[in-house]
Amino acid sequence: MSIELIIGILNIVLISTTPLVFAGIGELVTEKSGVLNLGLEGLMLVGAVTGFITLVITGNYFYSLFLSIISGVILSGIFAFLVLNLMTNQIATGLALTIFGIGLSAMLGKKFGGTPIDGLNPYYFIVISFLLVFFVAYFLSKTKTGLIVRAVGENHNSAYALGYNVIKTRYLTIIFGGVMSSLAGYYISICYAPMWQEGMTAGRGWIALALVVFATWKPWRLLVGAYIFGGVAIMQMNLQAIGVKLPGQFFNMMPYLATIIVLVFISSNKLRLKLSAPSSLNIPFEKNQ
Amino acid sequence: MVFLIRVQLREDYSNLIFYLSPLVAVALTLFFGSFIFLILELSPIESFKIFFISPISNSYGISELFVKATPLAIIALGLSYCFKNNIYNIGAEGQLTMGAIFGGGIGLLLNDSTSVFLLPTMILFGALGGAFWATIPAILKIKFNTNEILTSLMLTYVALFILDYFVVGPWKDPAGYGLPKSMPFPDAGRLPVLIDGLRVHIGVYFALIICLITYIIYNKTLFGFKLKVTGLSTKASQYAGFKYKNLIFYTFIISGVCAGLAGLFEVSGPIGLLYRDISPNYGFTAIIVAFLGRLNPFGIILSSLLIALTYLGAEDAQLFLKIPSAVGFVFQGLVLFFLLGTDFLNKYKVFIK
Repeated sequence: MSIELIIGILNIVLISTTPLVFAGIGELVTEKSGVLNLGLEGLMLVGAVTGFITLVITGNYFYSLFLSIISGVILSGIFAFLVLNLMTNQIATGLALTIFGIGLSAMLGKKFGGTPIDGLNPYYFIVISFLLVFFVAYFLSKTKTGLIVRAVGENHNSAYALGYNVIKTRYLTIIFGGVMSSLAGYYISICYAPMWQEGMTAGRGWIALALVVFATWKPWRLLVGAYIFGGVAIMQMNLQAIGVKLPGQFFNMMPYLATIIVLVFISSNKLRLKLSAPSSLNIPFEKNQ
Repeated sequence: MVFLIRVQLREDYSNLIFYLSPLVAVALTLFFGSFIFLILELSPIESFKIFFISPISNSYGISELFVKATPLAIIALGLSYCFKNNIYNIGAEGQLTMGAIFGGGIGLLLNDSTSVFLLPTMILFGALGGAFWATIPAILKIKFNTNEILTSLMLTYVALFILDYFVVGPWKDPAGYGLPKSMPFPDAGRLPVLIDGLRVHIGVYFALIICLITYIIYNKTLFGFKLKVTGLSTKASQYAGFKYKNLIFYTFIISGVCAGLAGLFEVSGPIGLLYRDISPNYGFTAIIVAFLGRLNPFGIILSSLLIALTYLGAEDAQLFLKIPSAVGFVFQGLVLFFLLGTDFLNKYKVFIK
């Protein structure tokens, strides 16, 4: 393999992995506060389509980015209201969000299917994604607010007793996660593709969800994990191009299998589980208790 | 004007609200749905007619309604065991796929068979395939305390890639013009239809039988009682000496068997072969069906018909209103949102003053 080929492959890995970093780091913060949001795929698709439509109509990148973010705020705000105020089941609500998002994005984007646009340079977003991981890692481990987020995710009753506002904290982390998913979607439709197609996120929301577990809820590991997952996907295409006779599906299922193995490893030991997973994950917080 | 909303935990449990809230959720969905049609510059009344009434205004439509409702009902009935037990198996889509691979695989291996035993064997293997795939998260949960939500979800995608491998690889139809699909199953491996010329098949009977068995299990057996107690309070169940691990295992197996059956019925019934997209998200949509039906076997039958209608309506809407069939997903998502939202009223009293 020549140097050019290797650089070329690394370049493709960089460009194709970035949405996983965005969606994954957002979900990581949400889960750190004790909320499991299965709506990533829906949020990404709606973020992708709103950004795309706005760009086609206004021709302005700033507006399109802004509205894409707003779509994430609104949808994740609805999710937050349901799971936090109405204390609905997080799994069911997240699935509803994904199903709703798949449908909504397809409806909104129907007229914009083949419209060509000038894509944005992906490298801005790649740089931002690295900075974001750094920021989240610093925020969660070194700042007071970050500690509050973790405390809320570990034991919401204790955090509440200490006087922290559990509901408000979780609203903010859910909306942060929603905005990050929208950005992931925006990146896919504006930089990566650049075009709109129904269901174009192609399951990346689910991979991002797996990624958070794979990284055992640690930001830097998430970054590494994202590039492993992204790299495996690209490697598969290249290996097949040079004639390796391993079915591509085998590579495609690797992220999911690897996540299950990591999950088994961390949860088989109580202490290890405590050190990695937020204890209050997926447990609703009821003030009256 | 300021409304002060105060909520208070309900001390009395209202059966009326419990069974009424799905109807409220459906009404709210229709209300918000009409706004969606207005935004798309369509007349809501006209659109609703195309969406909800015209699809079932003839015998073909009613047959299709049952074709779609059958897998949803069978999967949701199976899932209700898990959900009652507070076990979140959300991997029914994967278990369905495995059922289709196992059962369908038998049909492809014995593709020159004319034996009357072929179909029962396929059904058996379909159930086994689903059960096998459900055993994995169950055992991981029991042995290693692994979160079943994440493992069952991840296994869904693994199953989809396995199916993909088979239909583009070893099981690809040599005469299929290179398309990613298998050969058709032999006639002996096809599910009999109920009425000639229509697609509604004997899976409907299976759904009804599973519904009745489930009703009896929930209301007349110790196993059903154990599920009920565990669902209400894990502590009480432990105190009573019920083996929670066994319950996890059995409920997972039951829901896996049901999802596997649904998958096999799909491929040996309406589809007739294996290919990539054997299920339009039935495994996930069945979760909505189970919740909407209140985990009650008869409720699940009713909600499966309603959700099946959103599939049919969406297809008609695409044809006649020129809107993407994904509009069905919008309605499914909305109805689940509202249902979960109105559940709040079961737990809390709301005062406005």
